[in-house]
Amino acid sequence: MAYSEKVVDHYNNPRNVGSFGKDTPGVGTGLVGAPECGDVMKLQIKVNLDTGLIEDAKFKTFGCGSAIASSSLATEWLKGKTVDEAAKIKNTDIVNELKLPPVKIHCSVLAEDAIKAALADYRDKHAPADARASSE
Amino acid sequence: MALKFPIFMDAQSTTPVDPRVVEAMIPYFTEKFGHPASRNHSFGWEAETAVDRAREQIARIIGARDPKEVIFTSGGTESINLAVKGVAEMYREKGNHIVTTAIEQRASLDVCKRLERQGYEITYVPVQPDGLVDVETIRQAITDKTILISVMFANNEVGTIQDMPAIGRLAKEKGIIFHADATQALGKIPVNVETAGIDLLSCTAHLIYGPKGVGALYVRRKAPRVRIAPLIDGGGHERGMRSGTLPVPLIVGFGRAAEICGEVMSEEGARLAKLRDRLQDMILSNVDEAYLNGHPERRLPHNLNISFAYVEGESVLMGLNKESALSSGSACTSSTLEPSYVIGALGASAELAHSSIRFSLHRFTTEEEVEHVGARTIEVVKRLREMSPLYELAKEGVDLKSIRWKAE
Repeated sequence: MAYSEKVVDHYNNPRNVGSFGKDTPGVGTGLVGAPECGDVMKLQIKVNLDTGLIEDAKFKTFGCGSAIASSSLATEWLKGKTVDEAAKIKNTDIVNELKLPPVKIHCSVLAEDAIKAALADYRDKHAPADARASSE
Repeated sequence: MALKFPIFMDAQSTTPVDPRVVEAMIPYFTEKFGHPASRNHSFGWEAETAVDRAREQIARIIGARDPKEVIFTSGGTESINLAVKGVAEMYREKGNHIVTTAIEQRASLDVCKRLERQGYEITYVPVQPDGLVDVETIRQAITDKTILISVMFANNEVGTIQDMPAIGRLAKEKGIIFHADATQALGKIPVNVETAGIDLLSCTAHLIYGPKGVGALYVRRKAPRVRIAPLIDGGGHERGMRSGTLPVPLIVGFGRAAEICGEVMSEEGARLAKLRDRLQDMILSNVDEAYLNGHPERRLPHNLNISFAYVEGESVLMGLNKESALSSGSACTSSTLEPSYVIGALGASAELAHSSIRFSLHRFTTEEEVEHVGARTIEVVKRLREMSPLYELAKEGVDLKSIRWKAE
């Protein structure tokens, strides 16, 4: 099975590898997958609490090249979006962008789960701030 | 010597054909094209002589007393099918139980699964963490219905070499037929059906620098005389056990490949073991939490299998595959989407099975290639660990088992 050029590019030049402190203000963390399944993604967003925009995103992934590419792409797409906009990223968007073959679709599903988990964690931690931002 | 890319280090999946083997085969495609069963003209005689010579060459490398005990097939998979199904059918009256191991190659396991559906009983004995089968577990598995013990000589993933003479003695003591899957062992380490008490032995040409599409099954004729039911009916070739026109060029190549292996085995094995040990030392001394899979000593000289904790096997291969060809026990590289059942059977966690990489060296592997692949592997594993959340957690002192993972 040959990989698409985009998967190879993300694998060779992964965007936004790294971590934020979990308790840093504005940070939401998602950790999904399981080591025994061969895939674990940690995806983090950093929301600017004044603007409500995701100003940075980082990931770390244990998994195949397509899993690495899916999470790398997700961090690129997250930047500049609001939390609500980010929630609209679908795994099928990732599949189309990276041209993932059917056996790799679960990688995109995991990336979507990671986004959702990071957003949920952010909301849990920042719900009051969010409410304030939207009422202004 | 300048390196030539890509570097092939996946020689337990297949091997390149030795140029001397190709040379031996060529005349049998064109001027010596006869059918070995044509009894009445020189074309047939010439082909038959060539096949007989190959039979002798193969008989010699497996220590068979009589070349007639060698039956040609299309490869290892067919040989295993013929041996196991052939015995199951032939000895059905005597019993319906087969003892095998949990780490056999796919062909063996799939044959056993089919036989189970047909009413046979199969015991898959476990292996120790080093991949060795404890002969006592085979003894305990034997019942008065056992008609066959089927064990691989050496494992295709981790290279562990079983104590075949001990299993052979047990089989003899109990009067049970003993089948050895020697596809990985043949030509690499001494294989002798007499000293190991083997009654049936499967092997293939393409793993010993011969062509793809031809294999052999050794079927003992004396003490005991083993009978097997054929899978393929037809002209009664190969003593009725395997009908079909013999692929003479392939058989000639197989014979020549076996002959060369017999000549160079000890020297080649020592050379490859030295290169393999170098690769192993390089990797294990530069990468923490890299684990050798299989037995540290009792293993094939050209095999090295290492699990790299916290990184997934396919992603390691992806980092290497522009320059080198290796294989992994990762689910992402298997057709079943399950991680290696062999590494799993050794008691390793599923995570480490996903993280296993197999390096298999061959006749044409050079020291420079080993140095290069070793250095690149270390680099790729380190890079992937920098982006592994598991490595990060482990470095923070978090016990990964304490986390409640949300699997898909």
